[in-house]
Amino acid sequence: MTAAPEVRAGGAPEPAPAEETARHADPSAAGGGGWRALLLQPALVVLGVAAFLVWRLTADLSDTEARQLGWGVLGDSIREHLALTVVAAVIVLLIAVPLGIALTRRPLRRLSPLVVGIANTGQAAPAIGLFVLLATWLGFGFGTTVVALVVYAALPVLRNTMVGIQGVDERLVEAGRGMGMSALAVLLRVELPLAVPVLLAGVRTALVLLVGTATLATFIDGGGLGVLINTGITLSLDSLLISGAVLVALLALAVDWLGRVVEHVARPKGL
Amino acid sequence: MPETASAAAAGTAGDDRRISGVPIRLEGVTKRYPGQDRPAVDDVDLEIAAGETVMFVGPSGCGKTTLLKMLNRLIEPTSGRIHLGDEDVTDQDADQLRRRIGYVIQAGGLFPHMTVATNVGMVPRMLRWDKQRTAARIDELLELVGLDPAVYRDRYPRELSGGQQQRVGVARALAADPPVLLMDEPFGAVDPVTRQRLQDELLRIQEELGKTIVFVTHDFDEAVKLGDRIVVFDVGARVVQYDTPERILAEPAEDYVADFVGAGATLKQLTLTRVGDVDLVQVTTAVAGSPSAEAVAAAQAAGDDFVVVLDSRGRPISWPTVAELTRTTTVPHTVDERLPVVGLRSTLNDALDTMLAASQGGVVVTGRRDGLAGVMAVETVMAAIQRSRTETAG
Repeated sequence: MTAAPEVRAGGAPEPAPAEETARHADPSAAGGGGWRALLLQPALVVLGVAAFLVWRLTADLSDTEARQLGWGVLGDSIREHLALTVVAAVIVLLIAVPLGIALTRRPLRRLSPLVVGIANTGQAAPAIGLFVLLATWLGFGFGTTVVALVVYAALPVLRNTMVGIQGVDERLVEAGRGMGMSALAVLLRVELPLAVPVLLAGVRTALVLLVGTATLATFIDGGGLGVLINTGITLSLDSLLISGAVLVALLALAVDWLGRVVEHVARPKGL
Repeated sequence: MPETASAAAAGTAGDDRRISGVPIRLEGVTKRYPGQDRPAVDDVDLEIAAGETVMFVGPSGCGKTTLLKMLNRLIEPTSGRIHLGDEDVTDQDADQLRRRIGYVIQAGGLFPHMTVATNVGMVPRMLRWDKQRTAARIDELLELVGLDPAVYRDRYPRELSGGQQQRVGVARALAADPPVLLMDEPFGAVDPVTRQRLQDELLRIQEELGKTIVFVTHDFDEAVKLGDRIVVFDVGARVVQYDTPERILAEPAEDYVADFVGAGATLKQLTLTRVGDVDLVQVTTAVAGSPSAEAVAAAQAAGDDFVVVLDSRGRPISWPTVAELTRTTTVPHTVDERLPVVGLRSTLNDALDTMLAASQGGVVVTGRRDGLAGVMAVETVMAAIQRSRTETAG
């Protein structure tokens, strides 16, 4: 009874984001598969949420379980989880997009291998190690969790910003400069709009990574749905463990869907 | 040694042609790249007369494109001065300068996420023209390059053919009515038939506008066809010969030029002769929708075995044989997509290409506003080849 949940505990929150990274790291996969795929995903999420609600309302729960799965506690966990994700995502965007743009400008282009290398290290380091190391340095809590998440999720956004801009046909930049557009005007009116699909694919990857990784926040007192999973493991309560894992997965799917919708809408016409 | 090329002083554009271009003068223009012992462009002096089309030709890597890009300072010269009209523009603000110089690159370089109208209106917007003036200018330019504004204004570049994209590229470069147009191998990426049409269009537009055009090409036939003058470059953008196409073909300045022009110089005469220079055959015409019997009678009276059908605006759309026409009651409106058509400014070379591409023994020739000018038979081309061979032999 105790062994099985532990195996699942390590794996449960992780598979979704890991898969997502593999599939969407390739910028050419940006764009999504049209409206049908966009409709299927929310249907799955709604189905999942409904199934969870039915189970929660009908299941025969012990006192501990009922307390942990109380609506208030659940709501707080989800809110905390989303707060971690959103705050980290905003900071990632504010850092990685401008940095990515800067690294494609001529004077800084030489630095790009160095910076991408550093960002790679951030992502290659095991997330749990990163969390714990940062916690011993910066202390436990929400702030440290956000820092760890930012370090962990900056790479896809940084890399896709750079790849997106580098993917813009050099001749279009020359055409723009040749007709008298300033370097800034070319960036804002030509390079960035054309890089949007790839850039947003990176943002979506980062968001899904963040939802998954925020589960680890529980180990450094950062809250979120990881608390549910961790409690489930410690107390050998499968109901808590599985509830936490399912909710994280549903959240990741929902966030991924939102990202796809934004990609679909923001994709420049004419491409 | 600076090569002084002063051929431009003569100026062939002296007739009543309207000239809106300005002269360009280069003085000792040099470009050195760090880490290379030989300059890419070595001390070039060049004068280009207002309203002339000057073609830059030479082997790849000779510096012709570098020189072109120094004219709008996409590449900054290491030393030397560049004059546009009476102004020394070497130290002017580059962005401001470029808004006064049209720039056309291969495949048009259109921004894929902007409509045709937005693409064409880029420079007017940068110059802060009001919306109405910009919109009117966009329509005017699309008309000029032969695209119906109502149809193409709101399309995205992806929805256009290569030739149409290139036309929009030319329209965009002309948007703010710049006196100078720089073209960097603009027609290199389109198929031969489209290229020939685009060349004809450019000749027509240039006749109307009289810009100063500097045009880089690797295709010597294109240079002969389009250029008032040709500059032949060697490595380091050394000016080997700067002269009219006729004189370069007749008297290449060095063996180098003779080699570059190639052994086919006899046939190059085909490129020098325009369709408008030879006698065209006048044939029976019929307007689409009119009774077939009348057309057949007229053709039989004139001894023609085919009739050229014109649409309501006088443009040829097909050329059915008399036998085909007798089987109809009214002249059909069908547009023959494969109808071989060339313009008066096309060369005999183009005409021959078009005939071969369509497997026809003649071409329909169009003049002003795509109206019918006549028909040319393959024999006319053959006679021209024969003539130039005899001349060379004699």
